[in-house]
Amino acid sequence: MNRDMMSSFELFQPTTLGDALELLDQYEEKGWVYAGGKDSLDWFKDRVKKPEALIDITGIQELGGIRETAQGLEIGALVTLSALESNALVKQQYPILAQAAGRVASPQIRHAATIGGNISQDTRCWYYRYGLPCYRAGGNTCYADTPEGMNREHCLFEADRCVAVTPSDTAPVLVALDARMVVRNSDGEKTYPAEEFFIGPDVDITRMTVMQPGDILTKIILPKEWAGARSYFEKVADRQTWDFALVNIAMAMVVSGGKVQKVRVACGGVQCTPRRLTGVEDIMTGEALGSDLEEMAGSVASRGAKTLNYNHFKIPLMENLVKRAIRNA
Amino acid sequence: MAFNLIGKDFTPADIEAKVTGQAKYSEDFRAEGMVFAKLYLSPMPHAKVQKIDASEALKMKGVIGVLTADDVPEINAPGSPILTNEPTYVGAPILAVAAVDEATAADALDKIKVKLRPLPFVTDPLESLYPGGPNAIEKGNVAARGVDLQEHKWSAKDFAKAGEGQLPEGKPVEEWAFGDVEKGFKDAKIVLDETFVTATGSHHSMEPRSCMAYWQNGKCYVHGSVQSSSFTFPFLAKALGIKPNELVFISEFCGGGFGSKAAYYPVMAIPAYFSKKINRPVMLRISRAEEYYLGSARAGFQARVKIGFKADGRVCAVDAYVIQANGPTTGFWDYQNLGSAISVVYQPESMRWRGVPVLTNTPPQGAMRGPGENQTAAAMEPIIDKAARQLGLDRLAIRRINAPDNSGTYGGGGKQVPLTSAYLKDALDMGAKAFNWEEKKKLSGTRKGSKVIGVGIGQAFHTAGANGFDGLLRILPNGKLHIHTGVGNLGTYSYAGTARIAAEVLGYNWDNVIIERGDSRKGLPWNLGQFGSNTSFTMARTNYVAAVDAKQKLLEIAAMDLGGSPDDYDLSNEKVVSKSSSSKSMTFAQAAQRAIELGGKFSGKELPEDLNPMTKGSASAVAGSGLVGVAKDNLKKEGVVPALCAGFAMIELDTETGQYEILEYLTVADCGTVIHPTGLGAQLNGAAVMGFGMTSTEHHVYDPKLGIPATRALYQQKPMTYVDVPSDMSWLAVDKADPQSPMGTRGIGEPPLGSAASALACAISDALGGHMFNRIPISSDMIVNAASGRAQSHKPLQVNTQ
Repeated sequence: MNRDMMSSFELFQPTTLGDALELLDQYEEKGWVYAGGKDSLDWFKDRVKKPEALIDITGIQELGGIRETAQGLEIGALVTLSALESNALVKQQYPILAQAAGRVASPQIRHAATIGGNISQDTRCWYYRYGLPCYRAGGNTCYADTPEGMNREHCLFEADRCVAVTPSDTAPVLVALDARMVVRNSDGEKTYPAEEFFIGPDVDITRMTVMQPGDILTKIILPKEWAGARSYFEKVADRQTWDFALVNIAMAMVVSGGKVQKVRVACGGVQCTPRRLTGVEDIMTGEALGSDLEEMAGSVASRGAKTLNYNHFKIPLMENLVKRAIRNA
Repeated sequence: MAFNLIGKDFTPADIEAKVTGQAKYSEDFRAEGMVFAKLYLSPMPHAKVQKIDASEALKMKGVIGVLTADDVPEINAPGSPILTNEPTYVGAPILAVAAVDEATAADALDKIKVKLRPLPFVTDPLESLYPGGPNAIEKGNVAARGVDLQEHKWSAKDFAKAGEGQLPEGKPVEEWAFGDVEKGFKDAKIVLDETFVTATGSHHSMEPRSCMAYWQNGKCYVHGSVQSSSFTFPFLAKALGIKPNELVFISEFCGGGFGSKAAYYPVMAIPAYFSKKINRPVMLRISRAEEYYLGSARAGFQARVKIGFKADGRVCAVDAYVIQANGPTTGFWDYQNLGSAISVVYQPESMRWRGVPVLTNTPPQGAMRGPGENQTAAAMEPIIDKAARQLGLDRLAIRRINAPDNSGTYGGGGKQVPLTSAYLKDALDMGAKAFNWEEKKKLSGTRKGSKVIGVGIGQAFHTAGANGFDGLLRILPNGKLHIHTGVGNLGTYSYAGTARIAAEVLGYNWDNVIIERGDSRKGLPWNLGQFGSNTSFTMARTNYVAAVDAKQKLLEIAAMDLGGSPDDYDLSNEKVVSKSSSSKSMTFAQAAQRAIELGGKFSGKELPEDLNPMTKGSASAVAGSGLVGVAKDNLKKEGVVPALCAGFAMIELDTETGQYEILEYLTVADCGTVIHPTGLGAQLNGAAVMGFGMTSTEHHVYDPKLGIPATRALYQQKPMTYVDVPSDMSWLAVDKADPQSPMGTRGIGEPPLGSAASALACAISDALGGHMFNRIPISSDMIVNAASGRAQSHKPLQVNTQ
């Protein structure tokens, strides 16, 4: 309850990745990787999280920048959302990533917030953020999934003790574009497909991604395979800015001879991880675009959804967003 | 009437400080040796403090002291305590700790052990009214201003008798009626019976209610954030247990209040008591989250309105029943205002109103911009549209036939009292023409893909003026006019607008006018607070009577020195000039000098008997410095002063996503003569933005099982942003004078919120083919559900939902 005043911590501002990794190893669970701070500061000011050491990585040059490589477009984890939103290469080759970045939060937040932070941010479940000792916080109950829980923003799929959702607007885009996340720690480097980078409560209820203490996300690679594909992104939120998605959708597809050759589609705000809609992809592949396909694909979009007290509106919303994506991609 | 100043734009003197950042708000002040306080807030919705152990905290370096409820006067429930040993909502301040900086104070709070015994709590008024249901405070469940604390329960039969989704109607605590309601319903062609819920919400003032205080030479100095300077003063002095002459109160700037900082509030007393205890100046900075807990909130309604219409749309009968979620204290009379608002906006031929204010363990409630009237507008106007559809009437016509004109009455309390003047019909007509209603309504329901057009008209009312306060001004020997105002600086600039009334009377060049305000040492007259949309009426009158008093004194001095009688003279270009010979004149500067020499009433050494003691003190303090104009407003006032607004909205709603864009919005204000066009426009558009928020997003969400709020940050409360509102917002004013205001002016601050909220609610309903939500706000999920033919997640009478 004692809000709006951070606890003290040691502040480190390493300028090389090596120094940062060393500090992370030194502090382990008591260390905190800090970049844009848009997730971190709330936790600190609420005194729900009290790290001993803050490792501010914003001075590490190699974590920034956007460049073309043989594998595709490489985006440094420290690239801000506003830089991503306005980058010519991103806009040209992967416009839905620029669009999604441009729909995150508010202009002020996008100037400071990083792509790395946006995809690795913690869930926004209000009970969890309130500081209640829920499963995700190491306790033994879920406060959102009760007969009277206020769970309008919570999940439709893959609940496992926790019913929180991914709050990121860019994460579903990265899943749709089959991006690769490059993670470094003192043992070396590992690359994860976006779909594997995000993890649900069944894997580890205290984390949203594969990253563990000691890890730093260094860059994201957008594969050439999806550069210039037809694509669609839309976010539905209560306000036009400064809001988390109720549901968002990202779709990328290659159409040839009037038929869908391949397609990837993912929704945020419906599951702990971006939910890849494989049923929709199955239905679309090999089919001609049009209202019949929209209807058929829309009808399977929410298959398997298990609603809570206040979130059944996400079912028609998902279905409608799939139809819109096919219609407008 | 042709005016020199009234109706013209001007730049109030304090604007530059605000836009350059030079303005000092409460938390910008520093005093020697000042320490910072932080509050320990209740984590429980209702509990008893059993033990406080601050010993570990007090041992910390930099910690100066602790202030608990035992150190401040006890205020019994349902009063609003300063600190409490029986917290009645999550976030209630239990104690404060002071330290050399806020970080240390926050660390100290973590070390303080407060043992709490949880008590039963309730967030839904109907749960508390049910037999055996929990009470929000130990001694009862019903109280309000003017309603004694009591236990009030309905019978299970009362609940069982209500139809599905209908408000049960057990025994009321208050009721009134006028006309023959039974006959009225018999006369009706159609009768609608609608149950609705309106949510509680917060004010979102940009400046939290931070406060700093210290004691010096027997006086207490308080820097506070309030809407009203004079009206706060005696209540703050009383709360601090000191005489008015022992208090110095500085309130020059206020970063928004919207009713939540109307006058004294309990948190304001904490620094003064703490400072007295530890003998150091104390700064208490209130955080955003704390604002949501203890910064006051709009009351929520569970209500049922039966309303009968004749074939032509005339409202012949109303039977309204309202349950107010009151918070744990006496709260505000929103529920009463539901009745009065309906009585004014629809001028029903007969009406009954019943109400029960139920205590809840949610934030203490206070007035929020149009308290009661605006919730009522947002809920009632779609019901009027429903009636129009059933009767086959135009939505403008059904409003027009019921709207008050100069024969209109105010029925709150059951006695129909005349309105001083009312031009809501004119406002509707002006708006319909400017908005092009006839053409726009044809667009209603037109589709483009998944998008559909909706149009709506909204209306709202608030009372807009009082009387009986005092005016004070001085003309100094340098010729300058000093107008003293205790109104406050909420941001509406009505303190300056109404000061221009005095300058107008005296024919002053505005460049020669200085406004004295914002500091009790400046000599402030007893003015009503800057709330209740009243300033532009109430203090137009006080400034007018003070100026008339000064004018009379100027004429008398000229007659004395230049010969003849006062009637032989007039005022012109800051001179008193003989009507017969323009060469016979004296400047105001000379007259002011003479006033000092003459003394007595001219210089303020003798004062009218009927002045309020505060005005007497202030006038005495400045007496002898010039010609003093001072008087109590004894002008005639009969009836109720109304502020009325009509709003016109057009939206494009996407039925697939529940999102909509407000394409156009127009407000038309009936506020008497316009004093300050730019200021009025800012009020109307700003209120519209708040109104859109009220209808679409802003509300408190509580988990009923835990009694904790989901909404304790701006991103969770979701006030509108500039991209959520139309770039093309426009406004008009009827601009017809009120006969009981010296220059025709009336207030307007509150109803433009309600007219916007209700116009938007009607437009949403219209876009969905007349779908009735009977709930405010109408959130995105509700629209998605409605558009896809699904049931809503909430039960009809459920409160505090997402």
